[in-house]
Amino acid sequence: MARTEAKKDVVIVGLGWTGSILGIELAREGLEVLALERGPDRYTVPDFRYPDVIDELKYGIRFGFMQKPRNSTITIRRTLQETALPYRKLGSFLPGDGVGGAGIHWNGQNWRAMENEFELRSYVEDNFGADIIPEDMTIQDWGVTYAELEPYFDRFEHVLGISGQAGNVNGQIIEGGNPFEAPRSRDFPLPPLPNTYDSVLFAEAARAMGYHPFPRPAANASAAWTNEYGMQLGPCNFCGFCERYGCLNYSKASPQTCILDALRRMPNFSYRTNSEVLRVDLAEDKQTATGVTYWDEEAQEEVFQPADIVLLCAYQLHNVHLMLLSGIGEPYNPVTGEGVTGKNYSYQMNGGTTLFFKDKHFNPFVASGANGLSIDDFAINQIDFAAEGFIGGSYITAGVANGQPIRGIGLPKGTPSWGEEWKTAIGEWYGHSMSIGSHGSNMAYRDCYLDLDPTYTDRHGRPLMRMTFNWKPNDIRMTQFMRSKIEPIAESMNPDTWQSSFKSEGAQYDVRPYQTTHNVGGAIMGDDPNTSAVNRYLQAWGQHNVFSIGAAAFPQNIQYNPTGTVGALAYWAADAIRKDYLPNPRPLV
Amino acid sequence: MPLPDWKTTRRGFLGGGAGAAALTALAVPLDAQSPEPEPLENYAPEYFTAEEWQFVMAATALLIPSGPTPGAIEARVPVFIDLQLASEFGAAADWYMAGPHAADADPLLGYQTPLTPAEVYREGIAALNAWCEQTHDAPFAELLPQLQLEVLAALDEGDVTLPAEMRDFFDLLLQNTKEGFFADPKYGGNHRMAGWTHIGFPGARASYLEWVDKHNVPYPLGPVAISGERG
Repeated sequence: MARTEAKKDVVIVGLGWTGSILGIELAREGLEVLALERGPDRYTVPDFRYPDVIDELKYGIRFGFMQKPRNSTITIRRTLQETALPYRKLGSFLPGDGVGGAGIHWNGQNWRAMENEFELRSYVEDNFGADIIPEDMTIQDWGVTYAELEPYFDRFEHVLGISGQAGNVNGQIIEGGNPFEAPRSRDFPLPPLPNTYDSVLFAEAARAMGYHPFPRPAANASAAWTNEYGMQLGPCNFCGFCERYGCLNYSKASPQTCILDALRRMPNFSYRTNSEVLRVDLAEDKQTATGVTYWDEEAQEEVFQPADIVLLCAYQLHNVHLMLLSGIGEPYNPVTGEGVTGKNYSYQMNGGTTLFFKDKHFNPFVASGANGLSIDDFAINQIDFAAEGFIGGSYITAGVANGQPIRGIGLPKGTPSWGEEWKTAIGEWYGHSMSIGSHGSNMAYRDCYLDLDPTYTDRHGRPLMRMTFNWKPNDIRMTQFMRSKIEPIAESMNPDTWQSSFKSEGAQYDVRPYQTTHNVGGAIMGDDPNTSAVNRYLQAWGQHNVFSIGAAAFPQNIQYNPTGTVGALAYWAADAIRKDYLPNPRPLV
Repeated sequence: MPLPDWKTTRRGFLGGGAGAAALTALAVPLDAQSPEPEPLENYAPEYFTAEEWQFVMAATALLIPSGPTPGAIEARVPVFIDLQLASEFGAAADWYMAGPHAADADPLLGYQTPLTPAEVYREGIAALNAWCEQTHDAPFAELLPQLQLEVLAALDEGDVTLPAEMRDFFDLLLQNTKEGFFADPKYGGNHRMAGWTHIGFPGARASYLEWVDKHNVPYPLGPVAISGERG
């Protein structure tokens, strides 16, 4: 039988980036705040300490810091006709669990979405005409503008101590930064990281072709930093174990290094680990939530946790799953296009070219997660969609993230994957290749969405969530366009040999190889309750005391890594709750 | 080339605590290496039967052959695989294994067999040995190396047909073999850091700030294991 805990002002589901931000911002208002985290607690010491964390097998390959599919997974199919099957072992994407969430094991690439990405449908219609939007493409405006979010991007970057070089401060273009970025109100908190050899070679070649290389904005500190909460970061030592690992060096911005120790000291904040929220409980009239029910792993029982405000701060997939299970928002129907919860799931379209140089030493183990140089000359605001025949864009970039050998050693095409020739080749080519990648947008489509699976259930007996997703011709044309821009840069660098990997016509979604943990959408924000699941303040349209914070709010995917925009949205929502909702709880729109 | 004074620079800013622990861990003198373990011929597998062990010894020896530098056998890759299959990995302890299963689904939909990795090996080795008996009158381990190579290539290319439940057998074997060559030696393979030394990966050193701007300069130091042992 369920026990009932004492009521809190605020209950937060998930203690990663967004849960930590909302937690500290609302605890500072004097509210009693409780966070429920399904995974274990995690601290830099002992969980990320040297040398134990420098273990590729345990963390890079067996995914020691990730969610275990046995406890939590989804089913996947590519079309409405296919039978979805469970994502039984991790592959394509790696949701985290535990305190810190995916915020401990990211690379730290911290970007702002572009101005026009927030008003994508309007931008396309106004500039190229509504008729270039494919019939099945369901892109939307976000209901919030870049100008409104700018102070929150800025704040998030200063909490994280981002290393970078501004390209546009209040409209003034700055040499060495990204000239195509939207105006920022001030420079980055820290100067750019030093650059590895591969990224410098790429930037020289790009500059020679008239492009505009700039340092990737990195949540790997280039110098000591103390943020507004008094949390301190030390300079990154380029250990080469960033993505999939917690940082041993207090250098990668994470909830642990930037927020949690300050938050844990607040007497009106508490959190419980190994506490997986099963559903949001709604009042009889369904107009508000009364709290959440969670599974207490230690006590092996269900617990009802009453609260005045419920903040869904879990990973994107889990926010949507909880909303579907709890009856928050009408489930989306891909046939009629009606309903909102689960609508517009999207992903990320990436590609890349690998270059081999017999006589160059890249030392790929000398790496930070986000060091590197990029160009935005083919960004979403630089492309004539009508002329090129697609909607979208990419940033193009080089900068080695690790040299871990199990995760893969680039070898020239035609090299066998085992045996004498393979062994000789890895000895010859390890450390002698580099890559130029494109990291691109992914549009939303009528039949790419999330709902509840009719067959498979989790350990609590709840239906698994079902993902329906496949690659679409528009996005494949986009990535092929990027290929046509990257290959000439690669050729100009005179490698001994090179090869490309970009999705081509007919490509089907393959759940096996790692692609990216940039799953977005499903609880999208907007200005119309008939087409979005949450309003511009991330507040559920139907239950005003429920907010869904995070990448589930993206109506389609941006061309950048999502965390910077997720952080800005979290601070934006926190401000709306503090200043507008708390004095007068109600629908804010 | 003179060696940089890496001992005094690594993570110096941390001062005590983790930094001091790191120095202690790394300051193991070369003559303090672990003693040589049991020779592979005498190794008592935790998971494999004797027949399976013979297969894994023979197959990994071809996947990463010995030569001027150590291969899978010298790196003790078979031990690594045995220990992995006897552990949570072998039991698919982290994976969603509830039915119904569709083992013959489109491979792009991922791992769908009801078998755990340990079971895929068990049934895969039995099926392959049966195929070898039928085709070549002997189990895999007793075939001549050239014929073994041909059988492995046929398995890799799908020319030896296994039931759908075991179709991931070769990929699993190859992946685990490479893991055993490159994982930290604490897992039983990569003995004396043979895999890391072969490619020039420094292992668990994990501190390279002073090397970021040394462009196109070969890194001079050999690998270090989590235990502090040096290659």
